[in-house]
Amino acid sequence: MSETISVTLEDVRRVAELANLELTPEEEPRMQRDLNAILGYIADLNELDTADVPPMAQVAEILGDQIKASAEALRADVLTPCLDRKVVMAEAPETDGVFFKVPKVIERA
Amino acid sequence: MSNLDSINTDTLTIDSVRDAIATKTHTATAIAEAHFARIEAKDGAINSYLALSVERALAQAAKIDTLAAKGDPLPPLAGVPIGIKDVLTMKGSPATASSRILEGYEPPYDCTAVARLEAAGAVLLGKLNCDEFAMGSSNENSAYGPVHNPRALDRVPGGSSGGSAAAVAAGFAVGTLGTDTGGSIRQPAAFCGVVGMLPTYSRVSRYGLIAFASSLDRIGPFTRTVKDTATMLQVTAGYDPLDATSSRHAVPDYVAALKKPVAGLRIGVPEEYFGDGLEPEIRAAVEKTIDNLKAQGCTVKPISLPHTRYAVPTYYVVATAEASSNLARFDGVRYGLRADNSTLSNMYRKTRDKGFGPEVKRRILLGTYVLSAGYYDAYYKKAQQVRMLLTRDFLTAFGEVDAIVTPMTPAPPFKIGEKSDDPLAMYLADIYTVAASLAGICGISVPCGETSDKLPIGVQILGKHFDEETVLRVAQAVETGQG
Repeated sequence: MSETISVTLEDVRRVAELANLELTPEEEPRMQRDLNAILGYIADLNELDTADVPPMAQVAEILGDQIKASAEALRADVLTPCLDRKVVMAEAPETDGVFFKVPKVIERA
Repeated sequence: MSNLDSINTDTLTIDSVRDAIATKTHTATAIAEAHFARIEAKDGAINSYLALSVERALAQAAKIDTLAAKGDPLPPLAGVPIGIKDVLTMKGSPATASSRILEGYEPPYDCTAVARLEAAGAVLLGKLNCDEFAMGSSNENSAYGPVHNPRALDRVPGGSSGGSAAAVAAGFAVGTLGTDTGGSIRQPAAFCGVVGMLPTYSRVSRYGLIAFASSLDRIGPFTRTVKDTATMLQVTAGYDPLDATSSRHAVPDYVAALKKPVAGLRIGVPEEYFGDGLEPEIRAAVEKTIDNLKAQGCTVKPISLPHTRYAVPTYYVVATAEASSNLARFDGVRYGLRADNSTLSNMYRKTRDKGFGPEVKRRILLGTYVLSAGYYDAYYKKAQQVRMLLTRDFLTAFGEVDAIVTPMTPAPPFKIGEKSDDPLAMYLADIYTVAASLAGICGISVPCGETSDKLPIGVQILGKHFDEETVLRVAQAVETGQG
C-alpha cells in the first residue's frame, strides 16, 4: 500500500458490487470522497513497524485461560429445543411456511 | 395509596423503587404507569422510544404487586422500569436496530440480558432509539429521526445508544440497556449526564444482540447511580450457553465491592488523553476529579499509553470489516424488508439500497474494501497487529496501576447537524473510547461536573479485564466526590 493510494469511482463501484449494494449516481462521488478521507487517515498505521507483532483478531487470544477459547467453548453435541419454525418463518417476506421463497435463480434454457 | 403525580420518575433509583413497593407506598403498576405517562407527555421532544411494550410491562408489574401483597421477598430489580436499546431482541416487540431494513421485524426470542433483567423483576418499558445498527456517535443516523439531548434539546445525546442515555436522563426509565462497540455506551452517558458501563468483553452474553462488530460488541447498563449500574451488571453478567464467547469467569458481588474504600488504589493518568483538542473546561473537571480521588487516599501516577493516536484508525478498519460481514445477512430473504422481487440479484441490491442509510453503506463499503483481494494484509492484518500493540499498552499500564482515569469526550455534546456532513470529523470524536473497546477491557463513564453552559461532563474510568469491581469502586468515589 502506498501512502497516496486513492480510491477511484471504478473502485467504489467494484466494492459496492462485492457488497451487493446499489449506489445512486449521486452517492458514488460522495462515497469516493469519504473513503479517500478515511483511508488517508488509516494510512497513519503505516508509521508503525509491526513486522514482529502477532495479529489480534479477538480478546480471548490475549487472555489465555481467562476465556476458554476454542474446543473448550464448544457445547456437547446433543439436541436441544430450538425456536418454533412457524414463528420464525412468519417473519419472512415470502414463504410457504416451510421454505423461504426467492425469485427464480436458474433460468430454463 | 399511590397517586401517579406523586411519583417523580426523574430521581427514582433501584433502591427507591424497591422500597416504595416493599413499603406499599406505590405499586409496581403505578410506577410503570407513571413512566408511560411521563413518556407520553415528554418524549415527543426527545424521541427516545421507538416502541413501548405496555402489555408486557403491566403484566410483569402485576406479578411484582402480587409478590409484594403476599409479603414475599422481592427480587433485585422488582418493579424497576427498564428500557432496551433497539439492537437487542425482546419477544413481542419490534427490533429495527433503527434501520428501515428491519422495519416490521418482531424477533421470536428474548436477548439473554433482557431475559435476565425480567427474571430479576424488571418491568420492560420498550425499545429505544439509536444510530442505525449502532453505527454513529450522535444518534443522528437513525432511520426514525434523531434523539434530542434532554439536557439541551438542540444538541445530540451522543451515540450510538443515544435513546438509552436520554431515557435515563429524562425520567423515562430507571435504567436502560445499551451496547458499546467503540464507545456507544460511555460517550452518550457523558453527553446526557448519566452513568454508563462497558463491561469486559464476554462478561455479558451477546445472544440477542443484532451484531455490528462481533469481536467488539458489548451490552451494558445506563443508570442514575453507580450502585444501580452495579446491580444491573450483577443481574446480566455471566456465562450463557447461547453465546459461545461468553465468559465462564465467576461473577463477583459487584454491589458488595462498592463498600470497599478506594484509599490505597493506584490511579493511572495517561498523558495521551490530555493532549490538543481537549476542551479546557473538560480538562479542568477531570483534573478536579483526579484531585478528589487523591484526597480520598488514591495514589495518582502519570502513565503512558503510547499507541493511543492509532486507536481510531485501527478501530475503523476492524469494526467496518466485521460489520461488512455481519450485515451481509440483511438480504431480503428471512426477515424485514424485501424491496424487489424481479431477480435474485435485484432483490439483494434494491433491498439493501432502500433498507440501509448512508452511514451504514459507507461502513459496509469501507469494510468490504479493506477485506478485498490485495488490501487484506495492508489494512486488516495491519490493524489487527496495531490492535495487539494497543492492548499491550493497557496490559503494561495495569502492571503499575489499578485503574486509569481519562476524560470521556474531548468536547461537550455538539449541536444536532453540526458534524453530520463530515464522517471523519465524527469518527475523530471517538478518540477516548475506542482503545478500550479494541483491548476488551472494562470501563465506565460517570458525571463529573458541567460546563459553563450547563452541559454535562463525564469522566472515564478503565480497569483490567474482569476487574469491574475496581472500576465501580472508583466510579462511586467520583460520584461521592460530586456531593
